[in-house]
Amino acid sequence: MSDQSAEKTLPLNDWHQAKGARMVPFAGYSMPIQYEGIMAEHQWTRNNAGLFDVSHMGQLQLVGEGAAESLERIVPGDISALKPGKMRYSLLLAEDGGILDDMMITNTGRHLYIVVNGAVKHQDITYMRSQLPQTIDLVHLEGQALLALQGPKAAEAFARLSIVGLEPGWPGPDDLYFMDAAPCLWGEVPLGVSRSGYTGEDGFEISVPAEHVVALADALCEQPEVKPIGLGARDSLRLEAGLPLYGHDLDPKTDPVQGNLAFAISKVRRAEGGFHGADRILAALENGADKKRVGFAVEGRMPVREGAPIFAGDAEVGVITSGGFAPTIGAPIAMGFVAADHAALDSRLEAEVRGKRVPIAVSKMPFVPNGYRRKGKS
Amino acid sequence: MSRYFTDEHEWIEVDGDTATVGITDYAQEQLGDVVFVEVPEADKQVGKGDDAAVVESVKAASDVYAPVSGSVTEGNAALADDPALVNSDPEGAGWFFRLTLSDPSELEGLMDEAAYKEFLATL
Repeated sequence: MSDQSAEKTLPLNDWHQAKGARMVPFAGYSMPIQYEGIMAEHQWTRNNAGLFDVSHMGQLQLVGEGAAESLERIVPGDISALKPGKMRYSLLLAEDGGILDDMMITNTGRHLYIVVNGAVKHQDITYMRSQLPQTIDLVHLEGQALLALQGPKAAEAFARLSIVGLEPGWPGPDDLYFMDAAPCLWGEVPLGVSRSGYTGEDGFEISVPAEHVVALADALCEQPEVKPIGLGARDSLRLEAGLPLYGHDLDPKTDPVQGNLAFAISKVRRAEGGFHGADRILAALENGADKKRVGFAVEGRMPVREGAPIFAGDAEVGVITSGGFAPTIGAPIAMGFVAADHAALDSRLEAEVRGKRVPIAVSKMPFVPNGYRRKGKS
Repeated sequence: MSRYFTDEHEWIEVDGDTATVGITDYAQEQLGDVVFVEVPEADKQVGKGDDAAVVESVKAASDVYAPVSGSVTEGNAALADDPALVNSDPEGAGWFFRLTLSDPSELEGLMDEAAYKEFLATL
């Protein structure tokens, strides 16, 4: 097996190995790719609840007067209007409007809490520090681990841990709907709990002090609905959910409109601009982007993977950026970029795999309906 | 009949001048769930070490090399409908292709089962 000594370890490293995980280098860390197998873990999460260790991701805190307004120069979301206990998906923008990362931004009521991708967290921090005024503190919460509990039975299992709001009268996990967050207590242990995730399922992301993460992971896995799930299934789940993966489906050459992420550009920001790349991005909103991220249904059983060129007849019109076998669907699916005139739903194209042409068709996303717990739904 | 193994985790079962090729139990275990297998067509000429087949797991595509040179006589059609045979019976029903050996002396460089087991113990 490969030498993993150059990889840093995370607080659950020994726990994963004791559970039989196969560890691989990922984002500079040794991480579990799978336990019993991607297919079984994927199905378990869709039907029960999966526990994911995502401690490699960057957890940041932005503290100081005007932090939200300052952040709005480099993200296109309406952060200053974000109410305490609410979170939003957003994008870190380069000066030309290219996407440097995607992120979840939460107003905890006391500060902004931001989760960024593990592979780019250090460059994000350097960039954000260079763009934010010195009066704003940017703290990298390196002492915090991050777990995600995802699946239709996540809430049921989580409820048994008797986690309560940080103070009497404050919301506990069961009071949260999709994209809500709350500070909570598990016994004496402070947790940052949000109703969010990256699988398309209902569930939670849980920020926990690193010294308590083994105990919390054990307590969760004692629940009959919960099994630990590796990064392999996390990738197939997020692909079925139609969610982009930074560094694959999004990169600095891509703007939010091309990335099919216009929903992350808040209405007031569209009207007022004032963020990096606003000229380019607002023009693309107005006139349409030259290329667009779309989902693809793939004919046959052969997976079409990242890097496969896309053709309309003899013309190369795009590229696959994520692709694989979708366990829930039982067929290959993919995501990629195509020229705008081929991006309409059901457009029939071909991807080239090992010199062969594979028929693909632009498909709606998510590929598998999401199970988020939204207000107004049971 | 005798069975040989490569350090790329292919097995080859030889009977006279014909042989059946597949991947080992260790290889399927490493790959995880197999979702697609591309096998060579009959009459394809392969040289020792050439890419001869592709096995796709949920996660990635991997090449399968020809352990010896020869002329392919058939690919395993059963894998088209049930690629998971590679996981459930890698060294039996999950075989990949058959060929006619063009240079049987190439077998001399391969491992027998005992040597392959020793090799696995070093990994």
